[in-house]
Amino acid sequence: MTDVSAAISTRATAPASLIDLDAPAKIAVRNLNFYYGQHHALKNINLSIAANRVTAFIGPSGCGKSTLLRIFNRMYDLYPGQRVEGQVLLDNANILDSRLDLNLLRARVGMVFQKPTPFPMTIYENIAFGIRLYEKLPKSEMDGRVERALRNSALWNEVKDKLNASGLSLSGGQQQRLCIARTVAVRPEVILFDEPCSALDPISTAKVEELIDELKDHYTIAIVTHNMQQAARVSDSTAFMYLGEMVEFGPTNKLFTSPADRRTQDYITGRFG
Amino acid sequence: MNPIYASRRRRDIVVRALCFAAAAFGVTWLALILFTLFYNGLAGMSWQIFTQNTPPPGASEGGLSNAIVGSLIMTVIGVGVGAPVGMFAGTYLAEYGRHDRLSPVIRFINDILLSAPSIIIGLFIYGAVVVPMGGFSALAGSLALAVIVIPVVVRTTEDMLMLVPNPLREAASALGLPRSLVIRRIAYRAARAGLITGVLLATARVAGETAPLLFTALSNQFFSVDLTHTIANLPVTINNFVQSPYAYWKQLAWSGALLITLAVLALNIGARLIGSERTAK
Repeated sequence: MTDVSAAISTRATAPASLIDLDAPAKIAVRNLNFYYGQHHALKNINLSIAANRVTAFIGPSGCGKSTLLRIFNRMYDLYPGQRVEGQVLLDNANILDSRLDLNLLRARVGMVFQKPTPFPMTIYENIAFGIRLYEKLPKSEMDGRVERALRNSALWNEVKDKLNASGLSLSGGQQQRLCIARTVAVRPEVILFDEPCSALDPISTAKVEELIDELKDHYTIAIVTHNMQQAARVSDSTAFMYLGEMVEFGPTNKLFTSPADRRTQDYITGRFG
Repeated sequence: MNPIYASRRRRDIVVRALCFAAAAFGVTWLALILFTLFYNGLAGMSWQIFTQNTPPPGASEGGLSNAIVGSLIMTVIGVGVGAPVGMFAGTYLAEYGRHDRLSPVIRFINDILLSAPSIIIGLFIYGAVVVPMGGFSALAGSLALAVIVIPVVVRTTEDMLMLVPNPLREAASALGLPRSLVIRRIAYRAARAGLITGVLLATARVAGETAPLLFTALSNQFFSVDLTHTIANLPVTINNFVQSPYAYWKQLAWSGALLITLAVLALNIGARLIGSERTAK
């Protein structure tokens, strides 16, 4: 518990009382249930994700946190045999509506994955590719957009001289920042991070965390992490999930210092998980 | 020495010797075949082979130009027809139909087709094309080759697309790419080397096929590029010449066999080079 407390006390953001968790909800989850075939993976989830805040999801493996994240951009739709009930409102519109255009939803709700997934093309193309899907820009403007995305992802200085090198030639940490740049470049409103640092070394992890902190000025961020210190460092509010249930959801510093639920306390003190 | 370890070592030596002997046995025959082929084939190599048509019986000069051109035409059409069909089907199996209950059935039938004797494919085209068209034709030969190409390309396309990691597809979908673009722009790109290799290997496979052409394109002794009539081709020409009593025909058969072998070798080397480009990245 001391590690986590230390992480909270050293974070650069404002003290707890000043963090405005009453910011308007970007995403509101209402009575959400999710099934993989017969398996009831998410049980009656309710929560809201505040705009321009970082919301973290923690919990032991298999608790449903990634499943929940993958509902926000309807990623589960790629696979058969899955069923969802309830509502997920993005700016008050239900994204679980079957008539919704998934591609437009995913352009609004971007996602960064556990393993870096650069596309098999040049660094420049990795970013321009996504932009071209929805915008037709002259070359000079495209160059600017690519540069800005790379600067925003703290990658520009490392790759500016090799924009035509393959995205696969970068190191793991650089690849992950390239993926973040690619996601940011299409100007989504929400960015979902699914354990973005679990394949990265500590230095790359620190860079990605700094990045997340900067990104929240412009984007609403939801992050799934196995690392409690990370949740404590980067998030404004945290949800603890266990066996498909939302056990506790609240301001990060409160959840980590004085959890209301016994199970939350057991988990963050390392008694299980 | 520890007796358990000693006996394990003895067994290791015996097994290693057996493996080596088996490998040597296989390679020896291959080396003998290649040596004989090069020895006899090179003896008859000259520009004549490429510039003159197949000679009449008993002649002492002539080449294989009509057969070479015929083989090229039929191989190109066969691969041109078979490869796209195979790639579409392979794409269906690996992408759209991955969770479809029909897919395992298609895959099973494709595997049967893959190992079907080529003479049966020749007979099928004989019944399906040659008889209705009223005669042997280059077109029928090309189609027979296409039918052989299809299952090979279906298999390699599916296998190569399956190697593309799913997170890459998810990442592309997460950017808002429609499914068709995820496949065309991301999956095909990631599997490019493997897909090209598959087509090259399928080409190598049909380049030397004789049986399916016997019932379809037949062969002839003159230069023709007419797809509706019989066309000369290397495998059947070799087959005919080798069985003849004429020394010069036999010589030409050796040279033709060497040409096919070299072409297949070149295709395989090309496939290897393209394949290794993927791992080098």
